[in-house]
Amino acid sequence: MGMKIGNHPFFDRVDEGINNSFMRHAVSSAQDRLRGKKLNVTVNDQDLGDWEEWRSAGEEIRRHTLENLDFYLGQLSDAVAERGGHVFFAETAEEANKYIQEVVGRKKAKNVVKAKSMVTEEIGLNEALEEAGCHVHETDLAEYILQIDDHDRPSHIVVPSLHKNKEQIRDAFRDKLGYEKTDKPEELAGFAREQLRQVFLDAEVGITGCNFAVAESGSVALVTNEGNANMVTTFPETQISVMGMERIVPTWEDLDVLVNLLCRSSVGQKMTSYITALTPGVKEDSVDGPKDFHLVIVDGGRSNALGTEFQSALHCIRCGACVNVCPIYRHIGGHAYGSIYQGPIGAVLSPILGGYEEYGELPYASSLCAACTETCPVKIPLHEHLIKHRQNYVAGQGRSKASERIAMKAFGIGAGSPSLFQMAAKSAPFVTKPFVKDDKIPKGLGPLKQWTETRDFPAPSKSNFRKWFEGHTKKGEAND
Amino acid sequence: MKVSLFITCLGEIFYPNVGKDVVEILEREGCDIDFPAGQTCCGQPAYNSGYKEDAAKAAKQMIRSFEDSEYVVTPSGSCAAMVREYPGLFEENTVWHNRAEKVAAKTFELTQFIVNVLRKEDLGASYNARATYHTSCHMTRLLGEKEAPFKLLKHVKGLELIPLSNSYDCCGFGGTFAVKMGPISGQMVDEKVRHVEETDADILIGADNACLMNIKGRIDRRGKPIEVMHIAQILNHREEGEA
Repeated sequence: MGMKIGNHPFFDRVDEGINNSFMRHAVSSAQDRLRGKKLNVTVNDQDLGDWEEWRSAGEEIRRHTLENLDFYLGQLSDAVAERGGHVFFAETAEEANKYIQEVVGRKKAKNVVKAKSMVTEEIGLNEALEEAGCHVHETDLAEYILQIDDHDRPSHIVVPSLHKNKEQIRDAFRDKLGYEKTDKPEELAGFAREQLRQVFLDAEVGITGCNFAVAESGSVALVTNEGNANMVTTFPETQISVMGMERIVPTWEDLDVLVNLLCRSSVGQKMTSYITALTPGVKEDSVDGPKDFHLVIVDGGRSNALGTEFQSALHCIRCGACVNVCPIYRHIGGHAYGSIYQGPIGAVLSPILGGYEEYGELPYASSLCAACTETCPVKIPLHEHLIKHRQNYVAGQGRSKASERIAMKAFGIGAGSPSLFQMAAKSAPFVTKPFVKDDKIPKGLGPLKQWTETRDFPAPSKSNFRKWFEGHTKKGEAND
Repeated sequence: MKVSLFITCLGEIFYPNVGKDVVEILEREGCDIDFPAGQTCCGQPAYNSGYKEDAAKAAKQMIRSFEDSEYVVTPSGSCAAMVREYPGLFEENTVWHNRAEKVAAKTFELTQFIVNVLRKEDLGASYNARATYHTSCHMTRLLGEKEAPFKLLKHVKGLELIPLSNSYDCCGFGGTFAVKMGPISGQMVDEKVRHVEETDADILIGADNACLMNIKGRIDRRGKPIEVMHIAQILNHREEGEA
């Protein structure tokens, strides 16, 4: 399945989202709730100090890391190798999946447990492992729910099952697993825990994502709330961590800053319940750390952005804060984006990773309100990236409409010439006259049609400001 | 103080009365207003749609029109923010880049100009009504002006200001977004209007005609009699009997 969600055209997906009133209710209440929680532990947290300084520190760490990515990737892989771990650089999703299939194949593993990981969604790892004859068990509660419910797709990068309510979850558990209790969250979670206990015991391989890899020590840090990642990384002897190649921090001190930004921005917590660091322990005389450790570093199109105007999109720490404030996401939900990366960061990242052919419409799914840019904990100028994508799209990399290109050309000529502009302004009341009713245009033609579906458009004013101002100035001079 | 009015394209075509209010307010505060005849549109419709070259044509005309001004004042946070973006349109052309920087540095949104440059907050206005206020995205986030309108409205006698819930959410205008992504934009403005209705206010005030056009369009379609007014109309208003 990979990064793409569904095969419907963009506007059909938007309609599906808009018509899904339960999903919209879930999304808008989650947004409203998270907003307050985030404020409490960021700008309003007196103990923390100046939140803007934290953001600047985060931005600086991310910029420095991405500018020196080769160095830190080298340092990371040396550190992992030194401790007996294996590092595999995968240029594509296929290469990553093939490597992981081989590791699992060598172990003759039948059961694989997974902690939540967006990059494994991106590369379609579960399908690849199932093809190789493995049972893949998602152990993050939200991912578990999606997997049980006919492999539904994530609609939020932090809370993948945000679009489902507890009744739907109860029904899925009942229909697929014979669950008999109520829709109380505690009972649902308790049931999932019981189901998963044996799964953890049976698994031969554990797979995690990676919130941040610490280059100086060769460690993989996981930020979770459920403790499942700790089970995934302690029961099976073989561990595989999959990371996007930009998910790296130079030092533990840097990790401290970014984990603070991540926890506070994503779920409004000062710290999540578990922050786990895995360092391979193969050669050291230690009981800690996985004995058979594989770090799979995925490019998957990320290098398309390196050295370009889009490089700062790779600064993203996947906190979902931009998704949580996005008014577009609020009304259409995650699946409408057609990508596992949704919201503003999804609209920026998906075309970089997957191209304009597939994701070129996403940068237009924004009113450029800049709520995303304002909230981003590492100060990615998200709305500016959306504009840059649009520039590339209309410059020939996408499929812009000829009518729009002509209209914009005409706009440039008109707004570049005072006489043409004034002529257009003066003629506006006459040109629109046939459509005007009670000083309004209730039903527009052409591009205005979409506007007047839901709202009136005003009629151009009959009074002329320039004339008034001329008279006003003369009057003033006469009074002098 | 010499001030050039940039009325904006929407202002000129749809809201000339707001322009008149701006002129009267600033004159009352002792400004000498002129109206550079060459002004057109800030170029935002093209810029936000990805047509940088076409936006630059508009920008050049605007720079030509305003570069001799002492101050440029516009009743739109969004258009002011666009003018401040002009230098970025001419990254490879130092001459135009410098000209753009000069114009950008002296361009202000109306309330921002009154509060931060004229250093006035009480304009002697009065307006008897229950009102709520729409904070425009570009004004607050791109221009970075969050306080000025509220400082001015606080001094308007008779005006009761009711907080608007989810005030930080975009109204769904977004320029060409409103016609390109009509279904999404329609949902956004509908939610905005529902929040406005919840306040039970008689009027909705804003500092950006574009947002107001969008919100009013939906208010009228839903049929609840809520008046929509630009902040200049409030600040230039005196109830009878008030000085």
